[in-house]
Amino acid sequence: MNPTDLANQASATAERALALAAQARQMAEAAAPAIAHGAAAAEPFLLLLTIFLLACFVGYYVVWNVTPALHSPLMGVTNAISSVIVVGAILATGLGDSWAAKFFGFLAVTLASVNIFGGFMVTRRMLAMFKKKG
Amino acid sequence: MAHTLSTFAYLVASVLFILALRGLSHPETSRRGNLYGMVGMGLAVVATLAQPGMGGGGLVLILAGIVLGGGIGTVLAQRIQMTALPQLVAAFHSLVGLAAVFVAAAAFYNPESFGIGVPGNIKAGSLVEMSLGLAIGAITFSGSLIAFAKLQALMSGAPITFKGQHWLNLGLGILLLVLVIAFIATGSGVLFWLIALLALGLGFLLIIPIGGADMPVVVSMLNSYSGWAAAGIGFTVGNLLLIVTGALVGASGAILSYIMCKGMNRSIVNVLLGGFGSDPAAASAAGGGGPARPVKAGSPEDAAYLMKNAGKIIIVPGYGMAVAQAQQVLREMGDLLKKEGVEVSYAIHPVAGRMPGHMNVLLAEANVPYDEVHELEEINPEFAEADVAYVIGANDVTNPAAKTDKSSAIYGMPILDVERAKTVFFVKRGMSSGYAGVENELFFRDNTMMLFGDAKKVTQQIVQALQK
Repeated sequence: MNPTDLANQASATAERALALAAQARQMAEAAAPAIAHGAAAAEPFLLLLTIFLLACFVGYYVVWNVTPALHSPLMGVTNAISSVIVVGAILATGLGDSWAAKFFGFLAVTLASVNIFGGFMVTRRMLAMFKKKG
Repeated sequence: MAHTLSTFAYLVASVLFILALRGLSHPETSRRGNLYGMVGMGLAVVATLAQPGMGGGGLVLILAGIVLGGGIGTVLAQRIQMTALPQLVAAFHSLVGLAAVFVAAAAFYNPESFGIGVPGNIKAGSLVEMSLGLAIGAITFSGSLIAFAKLQALMSGAPITFKGQHWLNLGLGILLLVLVIAFIATGSGVLFWLIALLALGLGFLLIIPIGGADMPVVVSMLNSYSGWAAAGIGFTVGNLLLIVTGALVGASGAILSYIMCKGMNRSIVNVLLGGFGSDPAAASAAGGGGPARPVKAGSPEDAAYLMKNAGKIIIVPGYGMAVAQAQQVLREMGDLLKKEGVEVSYAIHPVAGRMPGHMNVLLAEANVPYDEVHELEEINPEFAEADVAYVIGANDVTNPAAKTDKSSAIYGMPILDVERAKTVFFVKRGMSSGYAGVENELFFRDNTMMLFGDAKKVTQQIVQALQK
């Protein structure tokens, strides 16, 4: 094999490599929207998970700031707000069209309401008792 | 448009809930915080009721449920005695758990309402979330019922243990996992209810081995569970507000459990495995079996005389004060002493009582100003300057053996340094040991005087002696 052949072969290979690179770029460009679309499909769950984790952090920092003297009222309030599950119960009762959904929804609305009213009221009673000297 | 509006309302409600918790950083801001919470909840309910498609028979049912439940809740909250607060909170947690189970059931039978599929063909992801909400909800429900029964003394507060208990629980836990996987694969209604039943049973079994004085941890933990259950349901129905609130409550309960465990120097696993203080061998090894050691017993009149002439008194209340309902008369004693020019303050151990912050609420109810009530780290250095420490209804949390005796069941537990006071008055019915089954070293110290009798009666006699 003489040097000219070798040089020709090398330049041919280089050209092929260039063509391949261009092709790869085209493919990548074509794939980008598809990837973005795939991410969008997974998005609702990931979005909810993101919010969930961030809320855990917010809860962590806010609750460490609660004074130990008010830990009982804290339980009262958290108990009341965890009954926000009533939202799910209302949707089930109001939008459901089977008797089962309405039945279970109604029970859940009732139980959660006991908690909402009971939780906030008992917390209010507790907090009203905390007074300063004099 | 309606959807955007309701989502925005949920966002505002989330922020209001965070502000409600934020308010609890100080008693002065806490009342406004509670108001924020109420407004947030009202907003969430109204926004949900305003969703398109809501109306007719469903709306009537919803309003009936709110009126019925709200009425019951209001009456309960108005009537409950503050000493019975822990069992009320446990009962409320059980309701959240059961409500989560019912919402999961409603979503299972009518998934169209939440856009997660049609009956018999629900999205796999939603089935995962549904089974989580269902299982955690059911465990919260039955576990809280047991906690309630123990706190209300409907059943013995003593740990219920049997051979192979933990293996049984582990086996049931694995079975639950298998059922959940099968449920996700098939979406079968039978499996749905089997999961509910099994989780209910597991909730019972998990709480029965835990003793009465560990209830602060249990109540906090169930508080946390009720949050996770709400979050699980939130994921199922794709509702932001439920997820955010569930996370807040879950985090809050977890932190409280951690604080309670740290207050006892025990790991959460140790508490959950239960059976603490029920080991008779350990109790007798700790000194109960030996010959009776001499203690000094005093009369309320002696105590009154000494306290009247003291410069600084620290009162250490415990669960026994709540049982005897002695908080009012205790405050009277404090008032009389203050009139004599004595400086009176109160020391609260993190695990005193049956729920976090229990003692603070009882003292506040008896009109003790909150700035006279101090936490352990805050007040411990002050015991050395105090002339009198008045221990009423507390025991283990004052035992100096926790600092020195490595063989003690409570070794390493942070305690109130009561023994540093010049004189310690210990109000107690008898010489029995505390919850941990450990005899209190403090009883035998030279500077300790035992005041035998009912906490309320003894304090009353001191009050009478002070009035003379």
